[in-house]
Amino acid sequence: MTRSSFEAAARWDRPREENDVIPGEFIYHRPSSVAEALAILASHGDEARPLAGGHSLIPMMKLRMAAPEHLIDLSGVADLKGIRDEGGSVVIGAMTTQHELIASELLAAKLPIIRETSLLIADPQIRYMGTLGGNVANGDPGNDMPALMQCLNATYLAAGNGGEREIAARDFYEAAYFTALAPDELVTAIRIPVPAAGHGFAYEKLKRKVGDYATAAAAVILTRDGSTVTGCSIALTNVGDTPLLASEAAEIVTGSGLDAATVDRAVAAAEAITNPAADGRGPAEYRTKMAGVMVHRALARAFERAGS
Amino acid sequence: MSDIDQMPVTMTVNGKKVQRFVDPRTLLIHFLREDLNITGPHIGCETSHCGACTVDLDGKSIKACTLFAVQANGAQITTIEGMANADGTLSALQEGFRQMHGLQCGFCTPGMITRAHRLLQENPNPTEEEIRFGIAGNLCRCTGYQNIVKAIQYAAAKLQGREFQEAAE
Repeated sequence: MTRSSFEAAARWDRPREENDVIPGEFIYHRPSSVAEALAILASHGDEARPLAGGHSLIPMMKLRMAAPEHLIDLSGVADLKGIRDEGGSVVIGAMTTQHELIASELLAAKLPIIRETSLLIADPQIRYMGTLGGNVANGDPGNDMPALMQCLNATYLAAGNGGEREIAARDFYEAAYFTALAPDELVTAIRIPVPAAGHGFAYEKLKRKVGDYATAAAAVILTRDGSTVTGCSIALTNVGDTPLLASEAAEIVTGSGLDAATVDRAVAAAEAITNPAADGRGPAEYRTKMAGVMVHRALARAFERAGS
Repeated sequence: MSDIDQMPVTMTVNGKKVQRFVDPRTLLIHFLREDLNITGPHIGCETSHCGACTVDLDGKSIKACTLFAVQANGAQITTIEGMANADGTLSALQEGFRQMHGLQCGFCTPGMITRAHRLLQENPNPTEEEIRFGIAGNLCRCTGYQNIVKAIQYAAAKLQGREFQEAAE
C-alpha cells in the first residue's frame, strides 16, 4: 500500500466501501412462533442463523466472519419471553434480555447471582438487546452466562423438528462455538433449580474496561451451617475453550471452614483445569492466576453472604 | 445490484411516521442518516463500543450500528432531533449540557443526551455512581465525563423542580 492510499484508507470520512463493516446479503425472516422458526431453520439448514439480541452475531456479520443467507429474527416469538416461577425452579424464556433479568424481582429474591452477573455484561445499551438464550447458545467462551448456568446446574430446553429435549448446561459446551445444539434446534428456555434459601453467591469478573470480556471470572454458589461449608459449586468463564465447572475445587471447599489452607488448595485445583489463550488480556499464565484470584474472592464473598 | 428483495419498513421517528423500502442488511444507523437524513446519531466506531449512534427505540437505549433497520419495523424511535421541548426550547438535559459545559467537540453529545434521557426516565433521581454506570456505554474523548455527569445531575434536579447544587470539590 502506498503512503497516499494508506492515508486515504485511514481517513475518517472516506467513502464507505461495499465490504466495509457492511454485512453480507441475507433474507430476513421474522416468525411469530417457535414452530414457524423451526420450519424456516429446517428448510435452509446451515444457511440459516437465528438472531436473538444480535450483539454477537451482527458484529460477526459485519466482519464477514458469519454470512448467513437467511436470518431468523426471534424477537417476534412471544413464547420465548418471560420469567416463570415453577416452585423449585425458575424458567427463563430464551429471548429474555439482560435488562429484564436485572429488573426481575423474582430473580432478585431467588437467584440474585443472575442480576449480579448481568450487571457485569457489556454496557447498558447492549443489555437492552442481549438475551440469556443468545448468551448461552452462542458458545462463545467469553460469554458470562454459560459458566453461571453450569454453576447453577441449569438445563437448556431445546426445540427441534424432531421434538423437544433437555440438555444440561454442564454437557452443552464442546469447544469454542461448538455446542450440543443441532443446527435445526433452538434453545427456547433455561430452567434453573433455585438454590437453598440463604445461600451465598458471588460472580467475580476481572475485565480491562466496561464492555470487555472477562480476563477471568468465577461464579460461586455456597451454603453453610455455622462456619462449615455444606455445599459449593464453582464455574469459570473465559479461561478455556468452554466454560469450566471446577468440581474438584468445590469438593475441596465442601465440609471445610473455608480456612486459608483449604482455600489455597481449592484455588490451585481451579487453576489446574484452566487452559486460557494468550491474548490482549494477558499471557496464559496470568489469566490462569487471575482465575484463581477470582475463585478466591468469590468464595470469600459467597461465604460472607451465606446465612448460617 | 442486489439479488435480495428490499423490504418495506414503517417506523415512527421523532413523532413522524416514515415508510421506506430497505435492503435487509441495512443497519439502522445508515437508514437514519442516509435514507432519512437524520444525522444527529453519529457513526463513531461502528462496532457497538462508542455509543455515538445511540437512539431511543421503544423505550430502550440502543446502538443503531448494531441493529438492522428491518428489526426496527413498527418501532417508535427518538433521536437527538426529537429531544427538544415541543415549543422548540431546549430540554432539561440539553440545557444541562450547555450550562455545565458537558461537551467539547460535541461528537458524543447526541448519543450521550439520548442515553441520559432514558436513564432519567428509568431513574429520575440517580446518584453520581448510577449516572456513571448508566452512561458506561457512551465514550467521550474530550471531557473526562466530569461535566457530563454534572449536566445529567443538573437535568435531574430541574426535572424534579430542585435547584442543582454542585457537590463541593
